[in-house]
Amino acid sequence: MVALLTPVADAVSRIPIYVVGVYLVLLLILGTAVGRLFRGTSADFFVAERSIGPFLLLMSVFGTTMTAFALVGSTGEAWQAGAGVYGLMASASGIVHSLVFFLVGIKLWAIGKRHGFMTQVEYFRARFQSKHMGYLLFPILVVLVVPYLLIGILGAGVSLRGVTVGMFPETFAGTLNAATGKMMFVGAVPMWLTGLVVCSVVLYYIFTGGLRSAAWANAFQTMVFMATGIIAFWLIAQELGGLSAATQKVLENSPKHLSREGMGIGKMQFLSYMFVPLSVGMFPHLFQHWLTAKRASSFKLTTIAHPLFIGVVWVPCILIGIWAAGAGVIPPGNNANALLPKMVDVYLHSPFLTGLLTAGILAAIMSSLDSQFVCLGTMFTQDIVVATLGRERFSDRQLLMLGRGFIVAIVALTYLASLFPPPNIFELAVWCFSGFAGLFPLVFASIYWRRTTKAGAYAAILATAGTWGWFFWNGLVQPTLAGEKTAEPLILGMMPVAFIVAASAIALVVTSLVTSPPPDEHVEAFMVTPKSVA
Amino acid sequence: MSARLTTRGKLAWGLVALVTVLHFDFWWWDSTAIVFGFVPLTLAHQIGITLGAGLAWALVMRFAWPSGVEEWADQGPIAKPAREASPRAAAGLGRSK
Repeated sequence: MVALLTPVADAVSRIPIYVVGVYLVLLLILGTAVGRLFRGTSADFFVAERSIGPFLLLMSVFGTTMTAFALVGSTGEAWQAGAGVYGLMASASGIVHSLVFFLVGIKLWAIGKRHGFMTQVEYFRARFQSKHMGYLLFPILVVLVVPYLLIGILGAGVSLRGVTVGMFPETFAGTLNAATGKMMFVGAVPMWLTGLVVCSVVLYYIFTGGLRSAAWANAFQTMVFMATGIIAFWLIAQELGGLSAATQKVLENSPKHLSREGMGIGKMQFLSYMFVPLSVGMFPHLFQHWLTAKRASSFKLTTIAHPLFIGVVWVPCILIGIWAAGAGVIPPGNNANALLPKMVDVYLHSPFLTGLLTAGILAAIMSSLDSQFVCLGTMFTQDIVVATLGRERFSDRQLLMLGRGFIVAIVALTYLASLFPPPNIFELAVWCFSGFAGLFPLVFASIYWRRTTKAGAYAAILATAGTWGWFFWNGLVQPTLAGEKTAEPLILGMMPVAFIVAASAIALVVTSLVTSPPPDEHVEAFMVTPKSVA
Repeated sequence: MSARLTTRGKLAWGLVALVTVLHFDFWWWDSTAIVFGFVPLTLAHQIGITLGAGLAWALVMRFAWPSGVEEWADQGPIAKPAREASPRAAAGLGRSK
């Protein structure tokens, strides 16, 4: 280990790829082991027979919620916008995510268990007595999840390509830069190959054990990417002369990175960013993870530890980002997402650590991908096939085969789509969050407001789709088509998500109040009414 | 069957609200101060918010936990819903384990 950590002169050492390979093999071994626990039922495949305990629920929910952005994106954002990024993106999530887990997650778990739901669409169909609502909600949820999948696969490709340049010059010729006529990324593992490997590994373990495998894999992956960030932080700090010396350089060379003034973060933007984390209330893959909980009390550890885990992952990365600004480190091509690997390269010169960091980035990506793949497979099975043809047509074994078949098809289609990515794909992430957040009033009202009507629910969905579509068109699509630089539009300094959530909530409330209330006896079936508060 | 909060439960929720309000630390917007020798003040404040959130949620779990949720969930589906009222029933979906 000591030898591996020492600096080496060979810039194209293959050790990083070996480290990543070992990580992927460990994941396959874990997938095989957990696959043996699989009980062979559709309920086990889709919701792990609702048997997941507190620790595994915490790790799987956290791993699913955090993407590679938590490692590479946070570092790059801090390099661009300073230490204020933590307050903007992370600490707000620590409060709001747990709030949603407690107020929404526990109740949906109870409703899901009582009525046997496996997907969000099933719940909303039943709650609002409308089968057609599923056909409206289903494509919206799928459209908001798919960009996420693409970002994950492409992000993995970009990360591995960056660290393997020059590693296999005889095998991979690189890509031609049309502007300069020169070859780029010569000898690097091409993105199509990384995507293929990542998709295959994820497919293997979710195919064998469904959501139970995803939960175990997420636990392992979460530990890997949490450890990676801490190790990189500590070693980089040592190379910069210690914690104090590293930050002192920021004060001397770029003091603005220590504050928020003049760093592109507005006060109203800071305020309105609080709406973004509401999105977790409508993530279909998170909904499915909630349903895996064995007991309501399993949520306690998740609710308490989630903000703390966010801090453990984000704080080291934020500090590395501002230290880079103080030390004058510039990532290749000014690409902020390449900063963390650059810092590891500049200060640690260790192929082993480079490999470990890459494995950590892949872990963060794959811990979201797996749940999303299982979720989409479940939705196609339950919300389309079963809901349309009827449950009685299928044996449990056939349901299982359907679920697995859809997962294989979704993984294959997503992989093919990743080979032809749309422009500005990486900017879609915040738009997806905004769309899910816009649907939050719907899920919240469905649980707490008896007076919510079917028409009100439809109004909320349509208001979200309309406002989100308008902002999306003007903020991303139109500028992209015009070849202009895209930027998220701010209205009165606030993020679009604030207006999307407001439009959705107003549409829901007003429409519900002017339409006939649903029958009491029906609503009663969905009102979780605990007897007392401990 | 309405849930009632104890005084401690109300205080726990009050702490969640306080942490949320303190999150908006506009008063240190342009500060470049450093605390503990290496943490920017604004970051240190927000780390405090993160720790405060963990503490606040621990208190909510301890003093404002809605007991009876599991019993409610274990009661089984409420019989009845009209045909359209239950898409699961309409679609022939039974209750899974």
